[in-house]
Amino acid sequence: MVKRENERIPVSQQAHIVDKPKDLTTIGGTISVQINEKKITVPLGTTILEACQLNQIHIPTLCHHPDLCIAGVCRVCVVDVEGMRTLQTACSFPITSPIKISTSTQMVRKARRHIIDLLLSEHYGECYSCFRNGNCELQNLAKEYGVDNYTFGHVETPRYEVDNSSAAVIRDMNKCVLCKRCVRTCIDLQEVGVLEAINRGHETHVGTFLDKPLADVVCINCGQCINRCPTAALRANDPSDEIWAAIDDPKKHVVIQTAPSPRAAIGEEFGIEPGKSFTGELNTALRRIGFDRVFDTNFTADLTIMEEGTELLTRLKKALVDKDQSVKLPQFTSCSPGWVKYIEHFYPEFLDYLSSAKSPQQMFGALIKTFYAQEAKIDPVDIITVALMPCAAKKFECNRPEMVDSGFKDVDYGLTTREMAKMIREAGIFLPEMPKSQFDDPFGDASGAGLIFGATGGVMEAALRTAYELVTGREVPFKNLIIEPCRGFEGVKQASVKLENCVEQYKFLEGVDLKFVVAHGTANAKIVMEMLKKGELNDVHFVEIMACPGGCLGGGGQPIPTSAEIRAKRAEAIYEEEASLPIRKSHENPHVNYIYEKFLTDGPCGKLSHKLLHTHYTKRGKYIS
Amino acid sequence: MESIKTLNKKRSGPVLFSEYKLGEGVKKALELGRENILFELKGSGLKGRGGAGFPTATKWMLTAASNSDKKFIVCNADEGEPGTFKDRVLLLEYPELVFEGMIIAGYTIGAKNGILYLRGEYEYMLKSLEDYLESLREDNLLGNTILGKKDFNFDINIRLGSGAYVCGEETALIESLEGYRGEPRNRPPYPVNTGYLGHPTVVNNVETLASVPHILLKGGDWFRKHGTDKSTGSKLFSVSGDCEKPGVYELPWGTSINELLELVGAKNTKAVQVGGASGMCLPKSQFHRVLGYEDVATGGSIMIFNESRNMLKVLKNFMKFFVEESCGQCTPCRIGNTKLLEAVEKIEKDDFTFLYINNLKELGRTMQVASKCGLGQSSPNSFISILENFKEEIFGSKGKGRKNG
Amino acid sequence: MLVLEKNALSEEIESLVNQFGKDRSALLQILQAIQRKHKHISDFAQQEVARMMDIHPVEVNSVISFYAFLYSVPKGRNIVRLCQTISCDMYGKEKIEEAVQRELGISFGETTKDKRITLEYTNCLGMCDQGPAMLVNEKVYTKLDPETAINILNAIK
Repeated sequence: MVKRENERIPVSQQAHIVDKPKDLTTIGGTISVQINEKKITVPLGTTILEACQLNQIHIPTLCHHPDLCIAGVCRVCVVDVEGMRTLQTACSFPITSPIKISTSTQMVRKARRHIIDLLLSEHYGECYSCFRNGNCELQNLAKEYGVDNYTFGHVETPRYEVDNSSAAVIRDMNKCVLCKRCVRTCIDLQEVGVLEAINRGHETHVGTFLDKPLADVVCINCGQCINRCPTAALRANDPSDEIWAAIDDPKKHVVIQTAPSPRAAIGEEFGIEPGKSFTGELNTALRRIGFDRVFDTNFTADLTIMEEGTELLTRLKKALVDKDQSVKLPQFTSCSPGWVKYIEHFYPEFLDYLSSAKSPQQMFGALIKTFYAQEAKIDPVDIITVALMPCAAKKFECNRPEMVDSGFKDVDYGLTTREMAKMIREAGIFLPEMPKSQFDDPFGDASGAGLIFGATGGVMEAALRTAYELVTGREVPFKNLIIEPCRGFEGVKQASVKLENCVEQYKFLEGVDLKFVVAHGTANAKIVMEMLKKGELNDVHFVEIMACPGGCLGGGGQPIPTSAEIRAKRAEAIYEEEASLPIRKSHENPHVNYIYEKFLTDGPCGKLSHKLLHTHYTKRGKYIS
Repeated sequence: MESIKTLNKKRSGPVLFSEYKLGEGVKKALELGRENILFELKGSGLKGRGGAGFPTATKWMLTAASNSDKKFIVCNADEGEPGTFKDRVLLLEYPELVFEGMIIAGYTIGAKNGILYLRGEYEYMLKSLEDYLESLREDNLLGNTILGKKDFNFDINIRLGSGAYVCGEETALIESLEGYRGEPRNRPPYPVNTGYLGHPTVVNNVETLASVPHILLKGGDWFRKHGTDKSTGSKLFSVSGDCEKPGVYELPWGTSINELLELVGAKNTKAVQVGGASGMCLPKSQFHRVLGYEDVATGGSIMIFNESRNMLKVLKNFMKFFVEESCGQCTPCRIGNTKLLEAVEKIEKDDFTFLYINNLKELGRTMQVASKCGLGQSSPNSFISILENFKEEIFGSKGKGRKNG
Repeated sequence: MLVLEKNALSEEIESLVNQFGKDRSALLQILQAIQRKHKHISDFAQQEVARMMDIHPVEVNSVISFYAFLYSVPKGRNIVRLCQTISCDMYGKEKIEEAVQRELGISFGETTKDKRITLEYTNCLGMCDQGPAMLVNEKVYTKLDPETAINILNAIK
């Protein structure tokens, strides 16, 4: 596709634009092919689609997704390869000989149009009342191919019941085009294995085990399927109507916490290129919408570091000093609710390895309805807490029955980036034009350590900055506090930091090589858990796992589309914002110190913080009854 | 109940149904050696008998040329095309030809394992075929050092299908063998490179393999003498429908439909469906046409309809078949076939416009070129040919309806 | 399902997995064996197969739902499949259809109350020269007329 200046490319098509050659699997050498009138040279084994994308030749796609393996099922990308009896799918056809390709013959044009017409005939589209209106790949294709009537009819009554059993993900198979991106996401990318094609022929549909409701199977609510669905067949459970009602209710004091990843991505919902954070603008917009207070989730991310870090040091002490055999090491992070549910289902026997610290979202909820209510002298009954998260699983997390430690539902609603953008638009606000403003006290602006929680490896990096300094009294030995081994998108990362010249309190750690592992995406989590099972992590101390590819910035509640490029840009935005912050270590956040002085007076992992900031887990298992 | 005994009647034909003694083919093959086998096979001009007509020698050569340490020969006995039953006859009456064909293929391409993929509907043959394999092992036609040939170890096992027509498509068959839904793969890569469990694999039709022992014994030139230039040898035709003598016939390629109709005692024939549900329906005016790759190519199903038959009903039966048997993964086939069936039902109810019918014929052409596999690519054939060739009968009294379209 | 039954089924599946292997390519053979014995593959059996082969239950379910001869829901002790392809149709399938439905008091797709017989349609059985044809479990019967068809059904237990 040719990118002209000033032309706004629909968000859904941006994923198809690849600027740089991808890491193409080559079997050696290059080959010259002719695409339309153009002669080009590509590495042997390049697919026709990749070759076209590299040369700005537009090929429509639907079942293709840069994060997923090739399916070749929608047939929208068919092209003509000279000498072949039938059309070939550009996405799947590897170039291994000097072929001649035509991308816009009569046969190609007609075939694509027919395929789109066929999909539309079965797509129970309600475009104007659909959350993907304007960001729907099927809609875009219909527009691109000038569909102005339903040649093959149009489905008038829904065929399937909408599955809204899940607190996080809603499935409406009436809008499904059977591209199976969700299947490939769930089975290949995430290794959760909830969705597969069921039946065959015209009865084929994407289903769960025995077509049970999503809430009854082993779904971890990561929502990655939503991010990769080209239509609205998958969507998050949207609480915005309830939130509006609370905002409009003068008796309610509605507070919102915003996580760093939505701030780094919400611009995309307003047509801004990925890679720019809108933290300050968002603060203003939220106040204008009617939220009474806007808090920074990074505050409780800092708190998480204090709690989880203290827990780790305690475990280490028990293991090294007390020689307590029952202590479980490595300690696993627990901030990602998708990961927590994953381990509850698939590795319930290892739940003791999980830190008992709640996620930042839930810590905040508990503090708002206790500490903040006290400080602000508001009856917690009247407080509604909303959490802006990049995440679908946060919706499930806040509805966990145990998350009521404040005496109330700690977090009332989990809201995704997409839903937030929708509310902002609904309020008539164009976010990028908002003036910037700060977060509200008493939590204020947090440290950069909390901010980088949004990227995979961020929790580890933040934890190391604090733990190393607490233990040795010195800053981590990395330039500008950037702990490189924690950064980047490798599936499973391993590294270590040597602890030397420890302060008196932590002398027992003298000479210890603090080993850590970072993984993102539950497929990688599975690899790590299998290593743990085999005893290969015996010398590791701390493991960070995020359920979503790329970490929270690639969360299931983030703007659609997603791709490795987009996720990398969001990460850049986060790291860039972090580098400019004055405070970049959790333990130096003055508001954190304030709360330990004023409220959680028995310190990290003390009695009160255990009540409010820590939790327990459920052995769910895999068996579906 | 059918068993090997009741069916063991004397047949005759130029190639497959000619005299043959167990073990001769393999013996000859081992004498010839790999290169000569491929030479004879190439000389014979043998093409795949399942319908697609890919040159068998090429398939074998491509696989033989691969350095892979593991290769497979798969015999496609997932005979499911409506109106086809020749493989049933071969498996029940001439299993030696089929299995020897596999052994020869295994020897030629360097495979140690052969798999017979038997359709679930033929489970009743399983026991007798396994017993037969056991007897081949006793005769040292299977097992280690076959017929004394050093380092030639080969065995065959039988795997059952479970009721899915699409598994007759070679890549769907491989998927099924690997324990997946029988959904055809993207091609390329082809099975000769990346087949069963990722290893080079030859997938041949039962009849193709059964032809091989005869070709080696009597030579490629002998085989070529039968049939036509482009369609060498003979073909098994499964004849059913309105005729006195339905059954399997071995005839040289190049036989005309008229000749065949006479042979099987068909009277008052109105239409002949060649190639099963996925084939073409020919009217009387085309009965002079000949069976062969150059004219009417077919996997061998011949269904005969006399004047009393309702061609729209026939078409509806075929379209229902495809709606059920489509694997459902690709758009043109999954939805396209339902649209074609819908059209047949609308014609039945006299509730259509010709614009609508023409749109669907166009859709059929898209399905032929844009579907992922042979199923979707051929399922519109009967729709297009029946509506074209039997216009008068189907639309003669219709076309009044203008309600839909 | 009782615990004892579950344990027995688990053991049975385990021995099948031992026989055919843990590799995915053994899946269809294992499912066919369970289907043959139990006339369906229960949700518990599916999950046990998945567990022992280290795949997801929904994948097992997906495979079962793809193949016409594998079932997730209980069927009769005998499965009778009448060929519905045009050749058998031309040779009088409809009469057989009517006769067996009347005799058993059920329609196609249904199971008799005593769980003796499930009636199904099937596509081409490869008996087009001897239609109408019908499969009773794995056995094939050809050149049926209503009387022989009913006699066959009444003879099965």
